[in-house]
Amino acid sequence: MFTDFFYLLRKRGIKVSLNEWMMLIEAMDKGLCRSSLTEFYYLSRAILIKSEADFDKYDLIFSEFFKGIESIKELPQDLRDWLNDIQPQQEYDKEEVDRRNKDMTLEKIQKMMEERLEEQKERHDGGSYWIGTGGTSVFGNSGYNPTGIRVEGEGGSRRALKVAGERNFRDFREDRTLNERQFQLAFRRLRQFTTRQDGPKDTLDLEQTIQQTCNNGGNLKIVLERPRINSVKLLVLFDSGGSMWPYTTMCNSLFQAVSKSNHFKDLKVYYFHNCFYESLYTDPGCSYSNTIETEWVLKNLDEEYKVIVVGDASMEISELTYPGGANFYNHPNERPGIEWIERFKAKYDKMIWMNPISEQNWDSGYGYQTIQLIKRIVPMYHLTVKGLEEGLKNLLVRK
Amino acid sequence: MSEFKGSNNYVVSEELMRSVNIAIALQKPLLIKGEPGTGKTMLAQAIQEALGKELIIWNIKSTTKAQDGLYVYDTVQRLYDSQFGNEGVDDIGKYIKLGKLGEAFDQDKQVILLIDEIDKADLEFPNDLLWELDKMEFYIPETQQTVKAKIRPIVIITSNAEKELPDAFLRRCIFHYISFPDKEMMEEIVKVHFDNLDEKLLEQVLETFYAIRNIKEVHKKPSTSEVIDWIQALEIAGIDPEKIYKEVPFAGVLLKKTEDLAIVEKAKEKKFQVTRW
Repeated sequence: MFTDFFYLLRKRGIKVSLNEWMMLIEAMDKGLCRSSLTEFYYLSRAILIKSEADFDKYDLIFSEFFKGIESIKELPQDLRDWLNDIQPQQEYDKEEVDRRNKDMTLEKIQKMMEERLEEQKERHDGGSYWIGTGGTSVFGNSGYNPTGIRVEGEGGSRRALKVAGERNFRDFREDRTLNERQFQLAFRRLRQFTTRQDGPKDTLDLEQTIQQTCNNGGNLKIVLERPRINSVKLLVLFDSGGSMWPYTTMCNSLFQAVSKSNHFKDLKVYYFHNCFYESLYTDPGCSYSNTIETEWVLKNLDEEYKVIVVGDASMEISELTYPGGANFYNHPNERPGIEWIERFKAKYDKMIWMNPISEQNWDSGYGYQTIQLIKRIVPMYHLTVKGLEEGLKNLLVRK
Repeated sequence: MSEFKGSNNYVVSEELMRSVNIAIALQKPLLIKGEPGTGKTMLAQAIQEALGKELIIWNIKSTTKAQDGLYVYDTVQRLYDSQFGNEGVDDIGKYIKLGKLGEAFDQDKQVILLIDEIDKADLEFPNDLLWELDKMEFYIPETQQTVKAKIRPIVIITSNAEKELPDAFLRRCIFHYISFPDKEMMEEIVKVHFDNLDEKLLEQVLETFYAIRNIKEVHKKPSTSEVIDWIQALEIAGIDPEKIYKEVPFAGVLLKKTEDLAIVEKAKEKKFQVTRW
C-alpha cells in the first residue's frame, strides 16, 4: 500500500529517489515509526523531503493519501490507561489465531474496532475479542495477532494528519514570492567560470611546481596556470513605472540582492518607465536629468552581457506599439517601444523578463495584451524563487 | 542503541529529537537547516553531552576543499626535508596528515562528527564527499592505504541555506529543518540560560522581540543569541519591565544595523502596529 504513496509523491512533483525510498523501508523495518502514523509522518518527511520548501507540498500529499486511514476515533482516556498497563501474554494456539485472522483487511479491522469502541466499557486482557493487552484479538497493545493493529503504545501524541493539516510550512513554498536573501541565493547560481583555455597564466600551481622541481633535481622550476574567475556580465533593467508600485518592496529587495552580488565580472543597472525607448534612466526616480542613451548601451555593452528585465510588462497598447506612445509629452519617442525590445533581444541572446504578476493573469488580467506581445519576444518568468531559478537557468544554457 | 533525549542546557523540540534518532538508527548523516541563531551548531554539542561521545568539529570555510577533510599530503615539507637529506623522506606516510573526516574515521570509539556550515564551501564540495560519507572510507593513493571507519560516526551537517546543496548529496541525508522557535519554545530556551528571571520582564521582552521580528522592513532579524544578550543587558541595568515594550532600551544589542534601528525607532512610535500598503 505504501508504494502508492511513493508514486503519489513523485506524481505531485517531489522527486523521491529509489534509494531514499529503500532507506524509508529500512527505517520501518527497524521499527522507527513505532506503528504510529504520526511517527511515520515525521520519519518519511525526514528521509524523503530535503527542502523546507517542499514541506507544504508534502503535508498536502500526506493528507490526501492518508485521509481515509485516520477515521478511527480518538480513544477514551480510561481505555488508553488500560492499554498502557500491559499484562503478560496469555498462552495461545498460534495456528488457531492465524487461521482466524487470515482474511482480515484493514477496513474490516477498522470497522470492528469502531464497534468495539461502542460496546466496550471495561478492561479486558488476554482474550481474543476485546481491545486489550496480551491477547490475540486483532487490536490491542502487546499481544499476538498476525494481521492486527496496535492501539496505543509509544508515539501518537500529535496525530499525523492533524499535523499535516496544519500546514505550518506554507511560507516556505518555492512558488511564493521572495525576499532579498532568497534573491541573493538565486543570483549566486549565475556564474560561469572562464575555462582553462583562455586568460593569462598568472597563478602559481604549487603542486606542479614541486613536482617539476623534484623532477628537475631540486632546482626550482615554476609552473603557472590560469585562474578560474566568473565571467558573467549582467545588465539589469528595472521598470519603475506607476503600475509597479504594488511590487515596490519586492523590487527593492531584488535590487539590493543584485547590487550585493559582487561575483559578477560586470554589473549595470538601469531603469525605465513602463517600456524602454530612446533613453534609460540611471536612477529609480526616472528623472530626465539622469538619463543615458539606449543606443549607447547597445553599442557599448557587448553581446556577452546577460540581460534581466524586471517589469510588469503591463501598459497601454499604444505605449508599446506606437511611435510617440510613451506618456512623456516633451519627449515623444520616434520608435515604438516594441522595436527597442526587439533590438535588445537581437543583440543580447541571453535575455529574460521577470514579471511580478503571477502567470495565471498573463492571458486575462490587466495589461495582458502587452504581456502577450512582449512574451513572444523575450522569455518571461514569474518573479518567484522558482521563476527566477528557471530564468537564470535560461541565461546560462548554451544554445 | 543510544538514544538522544536532549540535554540540560539545550532545549530540543520533539521533532528534532526524532530526526536525530532516525539518523543515528539509520547511520546516515543528519542535515540540519535553519535560520541563523536557531541553535544548529549547539545541537551537536548537546548530542555529545547526552550520549557522552567525543565531538570532532570540521568548520567549513569558503576555501575549504573536500580533500582537506580527508587528508593533507605535505609535499612542501617533504621537499624541504629532501633538500637537506633528512631521515625518513622515503616514508610518505610521515607527510600524510589526516583531516577532520579522516580523524573521525580513525577512532576506535564512535564519535560525533560535526560538519559545520557546509554551504559556505564551493558548490561542488558536497559532491566530492558522497562516497566518503556513504561508505565511510577513503583511499590514500600516496601510501596505498584505505582509511575505513571502524564504527560509523554520527555525522551532523549544518547549513544556512546560502547555497543550494546538490541532489545526489541530499538523497543520502536525513533532513531536518529547524524553524524559528515560537514564543513558548523561546520562553523555555531563555529559562535554560537564566535562573529565576522575572516573569514580567520575560513576557515583555518576548513580546517586544516578536514584534520586532514581525516588522517586514527589518533587514537582519534578531535571533536567539541576541535576545539572550538583551535580557542580560536589561537585567544588569535593572530596567523597569513596564518600559521595555514602550521604549525598547538597548535596542543596539538586538539590532546590528543602523537602518534597522531607525526602522524600529519609527515602529515603536506607532506601537508596533503592522503597516500595510
